[in-house]
Amino acid sequence: MGRITLDKVTKAFGEVEVIPPLDLTIEDGEFVVFVGPSGCGKSTLLRLIAGLEDVTGGQIRIDGKDATAVPPAKRGLAMVFQSYALYPHMSVRKNIAFPLRMAGLDKAEQDRRVKNAADVLNLTDYLDRRPGQLSGGQRQRVAIGRAIVREPAAFLFDEPLSNLDAALRVGMRLEISELHERLKTTMIYVTHDQVEAMTMADKIVVLRAGHIEQVGSPLELYREPRNLFVAGFIGSPRMNLIDGEEARKRDAATIGVRPEHITPSPDTGTWKGRVGVAEHLGSDTFFHVHIDGRSEPVTVRAGGEVAMHHGDTIYLTPDEERIHRFDGKGLRIA
Amino acid sequence: MATQHSRSAARLMMAPAVILLLGWMLVPLLMTLYFSFKQYLPMRGDSFERGLEWVGFENYVRFIGSSSFWPSVQATLLIVGGVLVITVILGILLAILLDQPIWGQGIVRILVIAPFFVMPTVSALVWKNMMMDPVNGMLSYVWRFFGATPVSWLSDASVESIILIVSWQWLPFATLILLTAIQSLDSEQLEAAEMDGAPVLSRFFYIVLPHLGRAITIVILIQTIFLLSIFAEIFVTTGGSFGTRTLTYLIFQRVVDSQNIGLGSAGGVYAIILANIVAIFLMRIVGKNLDR
Ligand SMILES: Nc1ncnc2c1ncn2[C@@H]1O[C@H](COP(=O)(O)OP(=O)(O)OP(=O)(O)O)[C@@H](O)[C@H]1O
Ligand SMILES: [Mg+2]
Repeated sequence: MGRITLDKVTKAFGEVEVIPPLDLTIEDGEFVVFVGPSGCGKSTLLRLIAGLEDVTGGQIRIDGKDATAVPPAKRGLAMVFQSYALYPHMSVRKNIAFPLRMAGLDKAEQDRRVKNAADVLNLTDYLDRRPGQLSGGQRQRVAIGRAIVREPAAFLFDEPLSNLDAALRVGMRLEISELHERLKTTMIYVTHDQVEAMTMADKIVVLRAGHIEQVGSPLELYREPRNLFVAGFIGSPRMNLIDGEEARKRDAATIGVRPEHITPSPDTGTWKGRVGVAEHLGSDTFFHVHIDGRSEPVTVRAGGEVAMHHGDTIYLTPDEERIHRFDGKGLRIA
Repeated sequence: MATQHSRSAARLMMAPAVILLLGWMLVPLLMTLYFSFKQYLPMRGDSFERGLEWVGFENYVRFIGSSSFWPSVQATLLIVGGVLVITVILGILLAILLDQPIWGQGIVRILVIAPFFVMPTVSALVWKNMMMDPVNGMLSYVWRFFGATPVSWLSDASVESIILIVSWQWLPFATLILLTAIQSLDSEQLEAAEMDGAPVLSRFFYIVLPHLGRAITIVILIQTIFLLSIFAEIFVTTGGSFGTRTLTYLIFQRVVDSQNIGLGSAGGVYAIILANIVAIFLMRIVGKNLDR
């Protein structure tokens, strides 16, 4: 079980309020991702849930029970830190067994659980090594192993993949997703990488300066961002945000069009422009198009092998159905 | 120093310094060795000019055969060991305390370091006359306040008193080294242990103490080197009586009080051997701890 409820939780460091009153419910078994720009309070929120920081106000409930004053060890949560925080002088086996030893489990049971975790995480060959003798990905797996042996009510991850290289990150992303499929335990995952958020989450929580901007499934956020901030944050490459004449024509202060919802053409279309930088990725090509009278280029996605180059004239046709409209305050117009 | 040429040039440049250092260390060592095989009693008229009598190992046999030799080795080890235990344990506790965010941290840290700046002679005199004096010392007032008879520290608890004085001097050093080590401990490790269900004491024994292992060995090693030769503290307080005659002090007495340079030199060679035995022991432990 792992249903976590935050009820008007606030956090201030001295005078500075980092988290204004915040309400959030995380259902049992959900994979929730906190995203937001650096310094928006993601780690702080996670540490509040873990109990490593005291809340300034409000209540945290775990499975309906008030856990606000419960010490971290008693909350039944396990955390994986960004720096892994392995114990350098203990072998991998001892690292993974540490929470079990602290819980006073007998030796046989400890060994059984460590072996299980090592099997799941492909660590069997490394059990007698020290953390210093492992690669980054292996250390990450040990940290996860140390978390899963406790069979916690929920896992907390704080940017667990940010120290890994790109290829390994994709691999570990899949492994964590698979782990979630298998264990069906609540997971709370902090990242500033929106690709990780989109691919892993059941539910994304977008934060800005401690405020929740929007909560929803990845596709909800993609299809119906509630405001300009979410619109700009979710989706890669970023949504094109256009104001002025074009927006007024559609009764909005700002309109947003995703690069994949614009059709480029060499001869006909709504907007006329000039190709700036072209990024060829093989499967896709992203054109940065300079439209006359606009300073910001518009990003457009085209097929992989489109024959258009720097300086060519290009016509763009946005998909009118999929244009997002925002009012003067930046809120979505339904 | 990559090429052959630059390497030999470097050797040439370094040679004067190396030769000077070597001479600096070798000359006294060789002279000690030389005197230890000679009979050299200046009061009886022995001198270089007249030539010294070669006596073989007689000085060595006499030094070790003297009834004060083994007690002095014992006293040396007792004092060194006692000071090490006290400074390491209290040093760890103080370092943990100083690592906590407290009001006036800067001033407290300077106060803790202060004893290290006091000369050994001065601190021993202060302890002897102001703290431990059975009539006027601070401790005697404390004892009397509680209705007890004041202890005459330097005669009744002489070794303990010396250990106390020397520990007081060396505690700042241990604390300082251990404090920097504690500050380098990754706080996420402690948080991870906290989440893993380790209470405060377990966190100390499983996380903090192993992290300090290296710093502790360094403290022990450096302190041992200096503690084997403490002298002023004993000279000023007990003058080597009441079981506080260490090997260093015994050698001093042989050379200066009995004016027997040959016998003192033999004792010096024994001291070198003892220091080396201790050093080998320590290097073993340190080597094991530093190899990680
Ligand atoms: N111990 C602290 N004392 C004072 N301010 C703090 C403390 N910890 C965090 N903050 C402040 O709280 C804010 C949120 O910090 P937090 O670490 O939660 O950001 P984050 O979203 O995790 O950022 P990042 O993506 O860079 O890790 C920051 O402005 C930070 O300066
Ligand atoms: Mg963070």
